[in-house]
Amino acid sequence: MRARLRSLWQLVRELSTDAAYERYLAHHAARHSESTPLNRRDFYLREQQRKWSGVNRCC
Amino acid sequence: MSTPVQQVSNHVIKKFLWGLVAVVGACAIGGIALQRGESINAMWIVVAAICVYSLGFRFYSAWIAARVLSVDPARATPATRLNNGRDFVPTHRWIVFGHHFAAIAGPGPLVGPTLAAQFGYLPGTLWILVGAVLGGCVQDMVILFLSTRRNGRSLGQMARDELGPVGGYAAIAGTLMIMVILIAVLGLVVVNAMKHSPWATATVAATIPIAILMGFYLRNIRPGRVLEGSLIGVALLLFGVFGGGWIDGHPLLRTWFDLDGPALARCVIAYGFIAAVLPVWVLLAPRDYLSTFLKLGVVVLLAIAVILMQPDLKMPAVTQFVDGTGPIFGGKMFPFLFITIACGAISGFHALISSGTTPKLISTEADIRMVGYGSMVLESSVAVIAMIAATLLDPGVFFAINSAPGFVGATADAAVTTITNWGFPVTAEQMHALAKEMGEATLFGRTGGAPSLAVGMASIFASVTGQGLLALWYHFAIMFEAVFILTTIDAGTRVGRFMVQDALGHLWKRAGETSWYPSVLLSSALAVAGWGYFLYIGVIDPNGGINILWPLFGIANQLLAGIALSVATGILVKQGRLRFAWVTGAPLAWLAIVTTTATWQKVVSPDVRIGFFAAADQLAEKLAAGTLSAQQAAVAPQLIFNQRLDAAIILILTTLLWIVIADMVRTCWRVANDLPVLPTSEVVVPPASNLTSTMESG
Repeated sequence: MRARLRSLWQLVRELSTDAAYERYLAHHAARHSESTPLNRRDFYLREQQRKWSGVNRCC
Repeated sequence: MSTPVQQVSNHVIKKFLWGLVAVVGACAIGGIALQRGESINAMWIVVAAICVYSLGFRFYSAWIAARVLSVDPARATPATRLNNGRDFVPTHRWIVFGHHFAAIAGPGPLVGPTLAAQFGYLPGTLWILVGAVLGGCVQDMVILFLSTRRNGRSLGQMARDELGPVGGYAAIAGTLMIMVILIAVLGLVVVNAMKHSPWATATVAATIPIAILMGFYLRNIRPGRVLEGSLIGVALLLFGVFGGGWIDGHPLLRTWFDLDGPALARCVIAYGFIAAVLPVWVLLAPRDYLSTFLKLGVVVLLAIAVILMQPDLKMPAVTQFVDGTGPIFGGKMFPFLFITIACGAISGFHALISSGTTPKLISTEADIRMVGYGSMVLESSVAVIAMIAATLLDPGVFFAINSAPGFVGATADAAVTTITNWGFPVTAEQMHALAKEMGEATLFGRTGGAPSLAVGMASIFASVTGQGLLALWYHFAIMFEAVFILTTIDAGTRVGRFMVQDALGHLWKRAGETSWYPSVLLSSALAVAGWGYFLYIGVIDPNGGINILWPLFGIANQLLAGIALSVATGILVKQGRLRFAWVTGAPLAWLAIVTTTATWQKVVSPDVRIGFFAAADQLAEKLAAGTLSAQQAAVAPQLIFNQRLDAAIILILTTLLWIVIADMVRTCWRVANDLPVLPTSEVVVPPASNLTSTMESG
């Protein structure tokens, strides 16, 4: 039950993009460990810029 | 472990259950179609929809995935091969589903069915169900698959790669046009909902500072904590609904927000421009989070409320307006039903999302069915709920809200007399009492669908929470619709700006730089001027504007679907799957027939409520004869010009569609005659990254 709730919470965090920064850190550590990763704020701003550079919302 | 005997019996039980779903679905549809009594319960439609969607998803989408597309779950997707932790990220299928659904679901499936309810609940409901299962869901899923196989290439790029440059340019031109018309028509819907309603206007206006506040929170106070930021934002929005009521009761403050159509149109235009030039984190991104949370919450609440309250639908199954004399928009059921309900049945716009961000998140091709077909099923069910909310109103009330004063008469007495004479009894007292309950001065002539949907939603919600809250629910519903319409306006204007900058960049390199402010301002102004023009004309049109703009939008949207289906059909044939080409070819043929017939009628019809030229000529004659009032005469030249412009636009759109179809047919003909065609743009996956595939199939 507890594990279920936790995975549901994780799903909500992923869906709301709350978890995006942790995923970025993990990816960064795995692939680009030689450089310093962006901080949370810069990552958020860069992601918003990328997200809204194309067709992202419909009728 | 189950024994073989258990497996066989499981198989039999499954078959039996699916057989049962089919029988129940058939009975529900039969019940809806044959019902000719006073009213019918909404549960008939809910049950029919659930059965049709389940069967479509379980059997048709599975068959398309396996046989037509040969989906290969073991093949490495772009997300896994090109994983960069940013846009290419292998993502869990429920999360991709959520993002994809949030992207495709806009206000379209709420507005279209409400307008099409003038034909009765039956034609619209059937088209939503059939159109989605055989058309819209198929389009979304096939384009998602094709784009996934091409590293997430866009629809325009795929058209160029697979058919040739003609198809590619047509797709881009179509996208720009649909964007302009879409934003204009949605702007008109919001303006009509806020016109002379201080409560609605104040509530909608409050969403702007709330979004900005949330933007600062997400950037400066708690960077990237979207969940908590959105919760605060939604709480503030609800507070804004109360606050709007308070302003409405204040003798001085209410006059500040009591605006007429043209003034509101200017506000929306200014807002669109500012939103397009501001950095996204200020307004656009937080507003989008708010609208997504609201959208999910309201759709779920509405579905639960419909199932709990099981309301009766008071609209007849089919009204006399199928003959083309409908008050909301002119034109017969064929072809106009099929362009009025685009989103919810088949929407070309979705092809842009299916070939945009989503294919870069797919972690295995096995998820494509659920994400592509499944999301559209959910979107389509939103359209069914909107249809229920529109048709549970007294038809007299529904038509009084949605008919333009230019058609039913400018005074309340004239309007109720006209509508009662159609056989839908309604009185001025009834409308007055309803408006009072909803906290509005009047509900007459509030065209565009949003107010009548809000009345429907408010009555469903209030039947759960008590009638005393009707006015709050009504303005909550208006705020909810406005919030995500404004999101579409923001996002669409921004995309329009990028497209204009891209085009200008070909002429002068500097203008193409998306961070060079003079170019940003110029291209944003051009994009806003494009839709602002149509919005303004719609607002000053005494017939409400919706009757002109919505069909134009429907045709543009179906044109884009036609381009997407042409690309899909062409690729299927090139891959030697001619015998399956009907899967996308049949919906394409239907759309081509529908849009071409609608265009033909819009251009040549002598009926002034259908034909653009007929309407322009009639108005020009009246102007020349001097029979117009001074006020009408002042705007007549603009209206005349606009009608002729609309005719030209619709002709261009349909010509574009036929150019793409011809290009596709040319490609197919060359394939059939063994002549060379453009090589496939499908990415070849190196065997190393495809290890599991060779293991399983080998």
